[in-house]
Amino acid sequence: MSRTLWILGVIALALLTAPLLWPFEATAPDLTQRNLAASLTHPLGTDRLGRDRLARLLMGGQISALTGLAGMALTVLLGTAIGLASGLSRRLDPWLMRLTDLCLALPMLPMMLLIVMLFRAPLTASLGDTLGTFTLITTVIALTSWMQTARLIRAEVLRLSGMEFTQAARALGAGPWHLAIRHILPNCMAPLVTSATLAMAQAMIAESALSFLGLGFAPGTPSLGGLLHEALPYLGLHPARALAPGLMLAVIVLIVTGAGEAICQTHDPRGQTGRAHREDACQGR
Amino acid sequence: MAPRALTALARRGAGLGLTLLAIALAIFALLSLAPGDPLAQMPHTLPPEVRTAMREALGLNAPWPARLALWLKQLLLIEPLALCDALLGTTWAEGAPRLLSWQSHSPVMGLITDRLPQTLRLMALAYAIGLACALPLGLWQAYTHHSRADHAATALTMTAYALPPFVTALLLIWLFSITLGWLPSGYDASHRITDAQSLGHEVKQLILPVLVLTLQITAQLTRHLRASAIEVLNADHIRTARAKVLGPRALLTGHVMRHAMLPVVTIMALGLPQIVGGAIITEQIFAINGLGHLLISSIHAGDLPVVQTLTLLIAVLVVLANLLADAAYRWLDPRIGA
Repeated sequence: MSRTLWILGVIALALLTAPLLWPFEATAPDLTQRNLAASLTHPLGTDRLGRDRLARLLMGGQISALTGLAGMALTVLLGTAIGLASGLSRRLDPWLMRLTDLCLALPMLPMMLLIVMLFRAPLTASLGDTLGTFTLITTVIALTSWMQTARLIRAEVLRLSGMEFTQAARALGAGPWHLAIRHILPNCMAPLVTSATLAMAQAMIAESALSFLGLGFAPGTPSLGGLLHEALPYLGLHPARALAPGLMLAVIVLIVTGAGEAICQTHDPRGQTGRAHREDACQGR
Repeated sequence: MAPRALTALARRGAGLGLTLLAIALAIFALLSLAPGDPLAQMPHTLPPEVRTAMREALGLNAPWPARLALWLKQLLLIEPLALCDALLGTTWAEGAPRLLSWQSHSPVMGLITDRLPQTLRLMALAYAIGLACALPLGLWQAYTHHSRADHAATALTMTAYALPPFVTALLLIWLFSITLGWLPSGYDASHRITDAQSLGHEVKQLILPVLVLTLQITAQLTRHLRASAIEVLNADHIRTARAKVLGPRALLTGHVMRHAMLPVVTIMALGLPQIVGGAIITEQIFAINGLGHLLISSIHAGDLPVVQTLTLLIAVLVVLANLLADAAYRWLDPRIGA
């Protein structure tokens, strides 16, 4: 697990520092340098406004990872809140679980597209192009992917509620809030971290899918999906322009997913013993 | 059927009706609450009085209960009647206000029935091939689990599972269409099948889009099939079967598969929403004129009636598929009561 965290840290560091080290700016157009082929100064060439493609790729990685992080944070927050409420309140539980099951059964991409289509113009008008789209996309991701976290947290809450230490806390007069925050949530950390890493991978894919379909960030803000969207028509002429963002996204998503599985195996919520058992449990999830 | 089974069926039916109504209400609420102007994409040079007249003609000025009632009436009453008219030659829906697309001014349901077969064919082919690959792969992985080959296959399925469809599509197009030049990179919707050669072309242009979805489905199913087959392999009846010196083939097909298949039915239903999303993106990449393509182009054009109806329809189809999976599960496993 520590190895996985190391790899994650290295990737995060690379994403953060690479644009600082690279001499070209991703958003600065240079009309004298338009549509250049790949060369030593511009390893991926320049686009139709003379912006360095490698700089845009590095910034795209940053933007996609940031959106993924923010989307993950919102998803986990919403999922934990709903899972806690559902696990702790008998009255809310049937309704919240019905809602969760319904949302799990719905195809979320069309819903995301619908919400983005309806709320994009007003949000970008009031918050600006990049911030508005960022808020919209992260909110939409959270609204369409909180269900797994909620279910996981609810199951943990139900398991922990039957244990002696929660009963002891209840006997000492702990209210539901105190119980949830001081006793139950700290014990949910392992499944929470697992679902958070998986939520991050999903959020990055969702953001790229939206940008790829032309409904995410505006072309001025390069994200990996947007770069793919730009480069796909020229796949035959310049395959590297599309393959580079595609592979970058693939590698980040694979590593994040792998980290999720590794964390799941280290802290198996089901309490089985033996490495082989835990691997199987985490894959059959 | 026993009366208990009948009441259970009735209860499920009522629950389904409520679910579908809730989805319809949620979509309608989204559209009504959205602060944007549906006519925002119209030219700015339109005089205000023309704009007002357009809003009036599109029924946007009516209060929301009236709009909701009209939409539900169109969906539940007028469109089914129009379908009857088209099939049986009756004239029940004549003159009734049908759901019209703002973009093409033709009935929304006509657009949808034009596009539905392509999407269904794509998904059915992908599921058939995906299941045919996942079954042997998952069972074999379970039988040899924690061998080197199993670990390699697990890494492969994990990769295929984690990669978004547009990245796999990109890699496949680059490999098979551009580098090797074996397959077309897009789908020609105007292609007609007249003889063996044109049938061959149709098959060729379907390979890549189907493959993108198949990879996703195979990965999804194999991972779960492997996990559930490993569990079955530890069961007592498998020990008995092994004691009878059954070979791997007889053991897996005769004793493991039936039990390991059960959770797969559920997984297929649970994974369907993700595959539908994959199909939308795949259709967009390969320009297949299915529902996903219609949805994206209508969103770009701001064609609200089509988007609204299509989102609802896709949700309804997926919920119905879930119900079907549930019924199949009960039929496959008699231990679960009706």
